[in-house]
Amino acid sequence: MISVTETTKNPSAAIAPRGLIPLPVSAARALLLVGGIATAASAFLSWTWTSEFPGDLTVTGYPGGLQWLTFTAGVLTALFTIASYGVRGLGWLLPARNNAPLVLLALGGFGTTWYTVIAIATKLDGLANLEPGGWVAAVASLLPVLGALALPEPVGETTKDTLKAYVAKPDRISAPAPTAPWIQRAAITVVSIIGLGVFTYGIDTEYGELFVGYLIVVVFALWAMHTAGLLDRFSHIVAANRSFALAMGFVAAIAFPFTQTDDHYANIGVNILIFGTVALGLNIVVGLAGLLDLGYVAFLGVGAYTAALVSGSEFSKFSGVQFPFWAAAIAGAAASLIFGVLIGAPTLRLRGDYLAIVTLGFGEIFRIAVNNMDGQSGPDITNGPNGIPSIPDLSFFGFNFGNPHDIAGFTLGRFANYYLLMVLIMALVVLVYTRAADSRIGRSWIAIREDETAATAMGINGFRVKLIAFALGASLAGLAGTVSAHVTYSVVPNPYQFAGSTPPNSAFLLAAVVLGGMGTVAGPLLGAALLYLLPEKLVFLQDKSLLAFGIALILLMRFRPEGIIANRRRQLEFHETGQLDVPDTETLSDEPAVTKAGA
Amino acid sequence: MTTPVLEARDVTMRFGGLTAVRSVDFTVNSGEIVGLIGPNGAGKTTFFNCLTGLYVPTEGTVSYKGTVLPPKPHLVTKAGIARTFQNIRLFANMTVLENVLVGRHTRTKEGLWSALLRGPGFKKAERASEERAMELLEFIGLAHKRDHLARNLPYGEQRKLEIARALASEPGLLLLDEPTAGMNPQETRTTEELVFAIRDKGVAVLVIEHDMRFIFNLCDRVAVLVQGEKLVEGTSEVVQADERVIAAYLGEPFEGDPGAAEAPESAAAEAGAVADSTPGTTKGDVQ
Ligand SMILES: Nc1ncnc2c1ncn2[C@@H]1O[C@H](COP(=O)(O)OP(=O)(O)OP(=O)(O)O)[C@@H](O)[C@H]1O
Ligand SMILES: [Mg+2]
Repeated sequence: MISVTETTKNPSAAIAPRGLIPLPVSAARALLLVGGIATAASAFLSWTWTSEFPGDLTVTGYPGGLQWLTFTAGVLTALFTIASYGVRGLGWLLPARNNAPLVLLALGGFGTTWYTVIAIATKLDGLANLEPGGWVAAVASLLPVLGALALPEPVGETTKDTLKAYVAKPDRISAPAPTAPWIQRAAITVVSIIGLGVFTYGIDTEYGELFVGYLIVVVFALWAMHTAGLLDRFSHIVAANRSFALAMGFVAAIAFPFTQTDDHYANIGVNILIFGTVALGLNIVVGLAGLLDLGYVAFLGVGAYTAALVSGSEFSKFSGVQFPFWAAAIAGAAASLIFGVLIGAPTLRLRGDYLAIVTLGFGEIFRIAVNNMDGQSGPDITNGPNGIPSIPDLSFFGFNFGNPHDIAGFTLGRFANYYLLMVLIMALVVLVYTRAADSRIGRSWIAIREDETAATAMGINGFRVKLIAFALGASLAGLAGTVSAHVTYSVVPNPYQFAGSTPPNSAFLLAAVVLGGMGTVAGPLLGAALLYLLPEKLVFLQDKSLLAFGIALILLMRFRPEGIIANRRRQLEFHETGQLDVPDTETLSDEPAVTKAGA
Repeated sequence: MTTPVLEARDVTMRFGGLTAVRSVDFTVNSGEIVGLIGPNGAGKTTFFNCLTGLYVPTEGTVSYKGTVLPPKPHLVTKAGIARTFQNIRLFANMTVLENVLVGRHTRTKEGLWSALLRGPGFKKAERASEERAMELLEFIGLAHKRDHLARNLPYGEQRKLEIARALASEPGLLLLDEPTAGMNPQETRTTEELVFAIRDKGVAVLVIEHDMRFIFNLCDRVAVLVQGEKLVEGTSEVVQADERVIAAYLGEPFEGDPGAAEAPESAAAEAGAVADSTPGTTKGDVQ
């Protein structure tokens, strides 16, 4: 069986592939290699004369702050270029044998270096503040880009097509050679460690510039790995070792607070986890059952207020009552469940947009009602806009969450304690999500989302299964809310609104699900992490952050409507890829695509 | 000895001023293949929707094996009537196997708790469901495509998959709405054999079709619906010979004229669209 495929659908692409910059291939590669090494080396120079620019880039002989990012990008570029020479032992880095990863890594290094240089010049007012080292870095990081653009690619009909070819992922990637299970597990372990390191670095960035540089490098590096086919390979390995991968992910999540010296970052971590857990709960409602819920954050609020009321806080209406945490958690989840059923029962019989409108209304009613139940304009329950402060810390068997604890030589602060609790709750929610999705009830949710009429004609009681999805989502949010009440010391009505500039609010939750990838587990978690970190780190955006967020969302929906992490179904829904969903049991041919006529 | 599986008594369906189905009495006996024919817009699909609870008939009752059915689609399916749709309505982004598994919904009962706790009962039920679904896929000849998305199947296979999905609910009566529409002659022939095979499994079949050869080959009995009324009912020979049927199909000026037939139809469709936007009154545009 010989199957030949055209890599491009473009008939005029029959011209021999050539680079945008006319250079021999060997020169292009050399430029990439030398440029990559030079970029990495330039990070050791002094880029500016004053330590006024954060990160201290003045030292010669040791990189600081943003220079580390330039260094990393340079090393990666050089490494992948060496792999492209066909050096033994590095072939696995480029399974698709394409140029796109080189192009993208070169662009990543260029982006982060030039961003730094420009940031120095603008922050310190003028190019004069650049030391020669800065100029060297700028030039060195440009070299790989020039080299990358000189690599031969099929010439498209328009400039746009040609440029696209430089960053495109090939349709077909040769099947991986079978690897021993221990190698696969080792790969998962290494990736978990690197992932933890990368994630921790991002959370620990101390100033906005560093975070921007970090994002540039991470985005381009991940994009490069994606086009190289490495991410596909990795997800195959993960699929083959599911429970091991889950366990490693769990271990990596637990390890995070042990890498932190400052409890502030554990605070960010716990907030991301709360946000992510709620987003995952919303994913059941939106991603699986296809119900648009615009007031979801209210369920988090119900959980948080319930926990606050029974926390024993002296400002609570029931200040004498102090539930143990397990009881408070159940109470919070149950309260959210009841509200979920109350909202869902009358509205889920309707189709389409009514649910969205009613949930939007419920979200606002919740916030306004809580605001007014202060004893003056309403019954005295929630203490109005002042909320319920002084929520005492949790305590399990004498383990007080409010105090730092020493575990195995590491000191875990207050937020680290809550972080670990939240990891457990998140694990529970992930378990609930995956188990529910892969079952009779999960299939009926997806069926309802796909075609409600056909689903009811297949015997599915649409109202019932939608109500189950809605109530389950609500109670998971309520559960997360009970922890969040303790983490933040106090609950106030304000955060539980439809839209705001900081998470969590219903719009951000929905965006986390849609951005990250509907119907997946990792998607909403990643989306939540991004949406939490961006406003947190980019303080300089401030009032413009919502605008930037909107633009980002539009761009993403234009170019990747299935979200960052694509569910297989969604990917096929949005991109007509024909029969590519055929499970790849057969070995794909490793032959190069058809030889171009006249080449 | 034949026992009635389906009995429709005096079923009438009005959409505002339009009477799409007018006091139709109809019976399907066990072991029978019954055909329902009629010109476009005669009300055949509407009659199906009344039988399956997608529409609540304005008047009349539908009973299955002697018990009157509530007009709720999922309860009708649970009772034992399964159907396919004139415009294929598969779950496009689910795999072939998943589509059939959804069809098994009424014959399994594992709820959320059992899915979360994953006890031995759950695993056993899932495995049994999958085995049953695979048997059905083998029966219609799609077992090799179990992991394809339904949307990527060729048209003819999509129609077959819809039949398998309907059979998964272990019905006593299968309603097929134009199962060969858009098929080539060869596919039509295999569908014919498929319907016979289904009947041989003990499932009564009621089929709407415009392909007269298909109908007259297949059916023990044929009923003709014209402008919502049952005109004739009888064996293939009786129906083929009936002058009123010939007239209805060949077209007498007042009903066969395409212009005249289409105008009220599109007006009604518009009325349906308007009615649709009022919550809770209709259940979507069902074809
Ligand atoms: N929901 C609705 N609202 C209003 N009118 C409707 C509705 N559904 C069907 N009708 C009308 O009822 C009549 C019968 O339609 P039906 O779809 O049952 O015809 P049919 O016999 O199945 O035709 P075909 O052979 O073309 O499928 C048509 O005039 C149609 O416009
Ligand atoms: Mg019809």
